[in-house]
Amino acid sequence: MFIEAWDYLAGHQAQFLAALWRHVALSASALAIAATIAVPLGVRLADSRGAALVAINAANIGRTLPSLAVLALVMPVMGTGFAPSLFALTLLALPPILINTYAAIRQVDPDIVDAARGMGMTALEIVRKVKLPIALPVMFAGIRTAAVQVVSGAVLAAYIGGGGLGDFITAGIAMMALPQLLVGAIPATLLSLGTDALFASIQRALTPVGLRAR
Amino acid sequence: MKWLINHWEDVLIALGEHVAIALTALAIASVVSLAIGIWAAKNDHVYRVALAVSGFLYTIPTLAFLALLIPIVGLGKTNAIICMVAFSLMILIRNVATGIREVPEEVTDAARGMGMRPAEVLFRVELPLALPVIVAGLRIAAVTVISVTVVGAYVNAGGLGTLIFSGMSNDFAPKIWTGAITACALAVAADLSLARLETRLKARAV
Amino acid sequence: MIDLEALTKSFPGAPRPAVDRLTLTIPGGEVCVLIGPSGCGKTTTMRMINRMIEPDAGTISVEGRNVLHVDPVALRRSIGYVIQQVGLFPHWSIADNIATVPRLLGWEPTRTEARVDELLSLVGMEPGQYRQRFPRELSGGQKQRVGVARALAADPPVMLMDEPFGALDPITRARLQAEFLRILRGLKKTIVFVTHDIDEAIKMGDRIAIMKDGQLVQYDTPEAILARPVDAFVDEFVGSDRALKRLALIPAADVATTDVRIVEASPRLAANASAHDALAAMLAAGADCVTLVDENGAPRGTITLAAMRTRLTARDGTAGEMHPLPIK
Repeated sequence: MFIEAWDYLAGHQAQFLAALWRHVALSASALAIAATIAVPLGVRLADSRGAALVAINAANIGRTLPSLAVLALVMPVMGTGFAPSLFALTLLALPPILINTYAAIRQVDPDIVDAARGMGMTALEIVRKVKLPIALPVMFAGIRTAAVQVVSGAVLAAYIGGGGLGDFITAGIAMMALPQLLVGAIPATLLSLGTDALFASIQRALTPVGLRAR
Repeated sequence: MKWLINHWEDVLIALGEHVAIALTALAIASVVSLAIGIWAAKNDHVYRVALAVSGFLYTIPTLAFLALLIPIVGLGKTNAIICMVAFSLMILIRNVATGIREVPEEVTDAARGMGMRPAEVLFRVELPLALPVIVAGLRIAAVTVISVTVVGAYVNAGGLGTLIFSGMSNDFAPKIWTGAITACALAVAADLSLARLETRLKARAV
Repeated sequence: MIDLEALTKSFPGAPRPAVDRLTLTIPGGEVCVLIGPSGCGKTTTMRMINRMIEPDAGTISVEGRNVLHVDPVALRRSIGYVIQQVGLFPHWSIADNIATVPRLLGWEPTRTEARVDELLSLVGMEPGQYRQRFPRELSGGQKQRVGVARALAADPPVMLMDEPFGALDPITRARLQAEFLRILRGLKKTIVFVTHDIDEAIKMGDRIAIMKDGQLVQYDTPEAILARPVDAFVDEFVGSDRALKRLALIPAADVATTDVRIVEASPRLAANASAHDALAAMLAAGADCVTLVDENGAPRGTITLAAMRTRLTARDGTAGEMHPLPIK
């Protein structure tokens, strides 16, 4: 079975690499856009109260929505292809990043912020030098979660023409062709695990030495 | 939504299938996770291994997992249920173990010191007090399971996903809308009701 | 009665045993206080009596029975257990908490209920008001009263108490100490009481066992320890004001002469005061003697400074002057 899969891969190298590249591009873009929106938003919301409640509740609901349902809802509105997939995946990545960023900043010990203000730091300096570094580990945990979710969701993007490794899987299931299925499923799994491991080590590296749990 | 009104029985059937599969998977996952979680709460090594294995399973993309199960169990509900149980293990085991570990030490010390047997301490003191955290885990597991079931339609497990896929292949938007929105509503409903339960339990065991 | 014989316990990685061949006999019906600096082994010793910690060597007998041959769970159901953080079960009502051991023992519900009410009254909490409340609604002092009631529920002959009042503010602590002594007066129980507070030990203990580095240093009545500390460690541990502490244990009446010389300026003191109170009164008034009076104000006796000094040195092997401060 695996030998056949390997043969299939060898016979369709160009196609595979294109799908792989597409998958990574889709995931990375969605993650980048989501982070660019959600991190500053989370930082701003951490200090407000009313707006935060609405946004965080929305994010919590967003977090529970089935990924495929979100992808499917985009299709009648935006059609199929790369852009709709990117849009849907970005939507899926927003909640974990927003919620974690918000929580991380809120959890910074108010005494520390008070000391910083007392020493004469401006609001911007406090965010940059105190809040963000301390909040970074928890914040990044949210980005890590989002990354895995996006890579996983990109597999489903095959359904709305987004391309990616999911194409091999869906074709394989539809035609009951095991080798083709494996050529999609195994690399997708490895990509997901690899992403998690990568972000885990970045998270460790970003944790200020003083905050590391030994 | 004329289509919905005309075909509400189909939707209901799909919804019923969806709930049935989800509940089955949750039940199995809960029993397994409870056993492993209790063991992991008392044993650090088991805790780390269990979390590593279940975390690994959780990271596998849904469709890939379902696909990889096909050579082993074929298509159908069993396939989807195995996938759902595997995904739910991590959060449930972690929350059972954490919930038990977070019971204040003096409470379990007093219980043991007064002459409760280990099983009595577990069932009368530790588990009741761990319940809020366990339910928090169940909440996440429930949402995960509902999400997987949507995809599970593609391996013939039934459920609301069938509406979505049928709608996609026939380019018939109302089916897509109905399937997707119902699935979302189900997930939100499950999350909110378990959240309420969690809050009520927390108030009880301060 | 509790008998500890060459009791030993070592923890892995520690340079010396936590409890080192401890031998101690606690007579039945007495309060024995285990006291010493952190790490002396007092809590470890106490927790070996109900086998929350298993000894490495030595024997423990309670009422003649070797506890190491008894099922630990059955043993614990027959020993009252009170800990510093109380450990009330937050998900159970006060009544359910107190009823824990009776229910484990299979008492009839009516008997259990009656006992719960009896105990709540005993610890000074009105049953009707507190039975259905929950631990989170109680203050620290109230929680510990319930903790004591819970430990007394099955009427165990022995009670283990590990710094039970340590987490309370000083006023509540003093109040609970007095109340507990009052409760004990009506009951015949053997109590093992762990504390690090020498004043609490003097107040609560019939006998005090001072421990250091896992070993027993001195085991005697509070008076004897204050009067004759066995070495420099005990001397320093009980405090350089031990002579004053001794005075607190001596009733003023013991030091008074019935020779009533009414000196105009001498302060008056109630007859049931301690010698410590007498000294305080003298110093406050700048006088050399105090007149004891009864509740009607009639003079009953006189105490002089000289008499107090004589009393302190009477059975003392050492010279009577206050022990000099250690030179740093």
